[in-house]
Amino acid sequence: MSGFLVRRLIQSVILLKCVLVFVFLLLHLSGDPARVMLPDDATEADIAQLRNEMGLDKPLFTQYVIYFKGALRGDFGESFGHGESAFKIVLEHMPATIQLASAAFIFSIIIGLPIGCIAAIKENTFYDQGVMAIAVIGQAIPDFWLGLMLILFFSVHLQWLPPFGYEQWIHLIMPMFTAAMFHTARLARLMRSEMLEVLRQDYIVTARSKGVSEIGVVFSHAMKNSSIPIVTVLGIDLALTLGGTVITETVFAWPGVGRLTVEAIHERDFPIVQAAVFLLASIFVVINFIVDILYVYLDPRIEYK
Amino acid sequence: MNEKVLETEVDDELPSNKGSRLLESLKTNPFAIAGVSILLVVLICALFSPWLAPIDPHEQVLNRAMKPPMYEQDGKVFYLGTDHLGRDLLSRVIYGARVSLIVGISATGIAGSIGLFLGLISGYYGGVTDYIIMRMVDFVLSFPFILLALATIAILQPSLWLIVVLIAFRQWTIYARIVRGNVLAIRESEYVTSTRASGGSDFRIIFKHILPNVLSPIIVIASLYLGRLVVIESGLSFLGLGVPPPTPTWGGLLAEGRSYLYVSWWIVTFPGLAITITVLGANLVGDWLRNVLDPRLRAR
Repeated sequence: MSGFLVRRLIQSVILLKCVLVFVFLLLHLSGDPARVMLPDDATEADIAQLRNEMGLDKPLFTQYVIYFKGALRGDFGESFGHGESAFKIVLEHMPATIQLASAAFIFSIIIGLPIGCIAAIKENTFYDQGVMAIAVIGQAIPDFWLGLMLILFFSVHLQWLPPFGYEQWIHLIMPMFTAAMFHTARLARLMRSEMLEVLRQDYIVTARSKGVSEIGVVFSHAMKNSSIPIVTVLGIDLALTLGGTVITETVFAWPGVGRLTVEAIHERDFPIVQAAVFLLASIFVVINFIVDILYVYLDPRIEYK
Repeated sequence: MNEKVLETEVDDELPSNKGSRLLESLKTNPFAIAGVSILLVVLICALFSPWLAPIDPHEQVLNRAMKPPMYEQDGKVFYLGTDHLGRDLLSRVIYGARVSLIVGISATGIAGSIGLFLGLISGYYGGVTDYIIMRMVDFVLSFPFILLALATIAILQPSLWLIVVLIAFRQWTIYARIVRGNVLAIRESEYVTSTRASGGSDFRIIFKHILPNVLSPIIVIASLYLGRLVVIESGLSFLGLGVPPPTPTWGGLLAEGRSYLYVSWWIVTFPGLAITITVLGANLVGDWLRNVLDPRLRAR
């Protein structure tokens, strides 16, 4: 187990280093980063000045070493648009992203797992078929369209909810629902099929024949064994939600890292793009690492060689 | 709802030949029929858009801007209304199917081919080859795709083929993993061992004996992911990082209509509906193919 942990930790560190290399190389892939960063009408003198300021006239390896040392300290340079440390600006936008992603994640668990579970227990009833039909459609609706439709219906038409804003909890409702829809639908379908599979196992039949109540069968016998694939998906979902709130944040003008990144891309503010990609990719890697450790506790049969 | 869509068991009464099994199961599964019909309609729209679109999708006439569905002018009917530049929305939605399908099918084709090839090699040869290919898979899967796609597009400038390449770069890993898993089981089977004993070359064993047996999961995965690729392409276009204008894309139409959400609901409603129905069709087909061809994939 400890050997596995160390190996997995080393793998994660290597991955993070790869992310850093990728972010560094990306700018250089374009040819001349100074030209990419400056507007199209920039003069040759402007380009030469920026090249000199950023040390782009130094050999590539030297540039990489400087960049790497800076990145380890969270220094990705100054944002062109904000005139401040890019990493600091990204960190300032992080709470909004975490708030939205965690709300969406919790919502998908609270709603998706129970409805999937009940659908399995009530297999082939009207409830089961209705809920699964909604889940199939829920998986097909793209989040950017769902967000716009919610604004159209609840803000423009009914005027119940504010379309934009961040200060009050009411602002969170539509973005949360939008970011959670796909994951909730997928969780409900997965929970149902896992539960159905477990409920057909011999030990469940035995438990029932011994007189264990249906609630007892579900909660103390079926739940834990259907939880391993669920945890896999939950881990992936949490990481995906954190990295995937980009679109929801753009639709609802939510002041998170995703929207900041998209704006920075349009404004060619690359220090912000680099810092945001690095931070979110790091969180992604860390969550995957934690999920892997969780498996061991959930299923001691899993061997890590 | 028909249980064949939701349930994941193989119907034992179906014929053993895969083609006949698919046809037989299609006849009795209304959801599969719906999915196949939707995809056929989208395919026809994409292939024949110049003939199907009632009006030139680029024709701008400002005095008919933002007119609601069923609006009539000069003997022309604008069934889905017009956008902020007076362009016919129905024609633009029909043309939008092209980009979505080109991206979806091309990315699936490239990713499927690379994943199939590397999965076959990885599973068949094992050892160092397998180790290297599988670490490459782990590596690609450990990146948050959407962010890296955004960063790459930002620097290299958006284009249709860049989007296809980016999606394929991510997707091949899924095929490689599943093909490898299948090959691992097949390579120890008796018919492969006997071909090897009778002097069959690796090339012959891989491509003549193993390949036909891993095609089913490839088809299933391709259909299951097609809808997701359409969403990714539309999402990138929505963020202004997809195929650049004036090419009509569903995501691009949504992004344009967003500014007029309060006054012209139809501009965002119909392109989004087109995406949702297409994805639903692809998902229904994916579920059906999986149930008939490879129900074991459900657990992966």
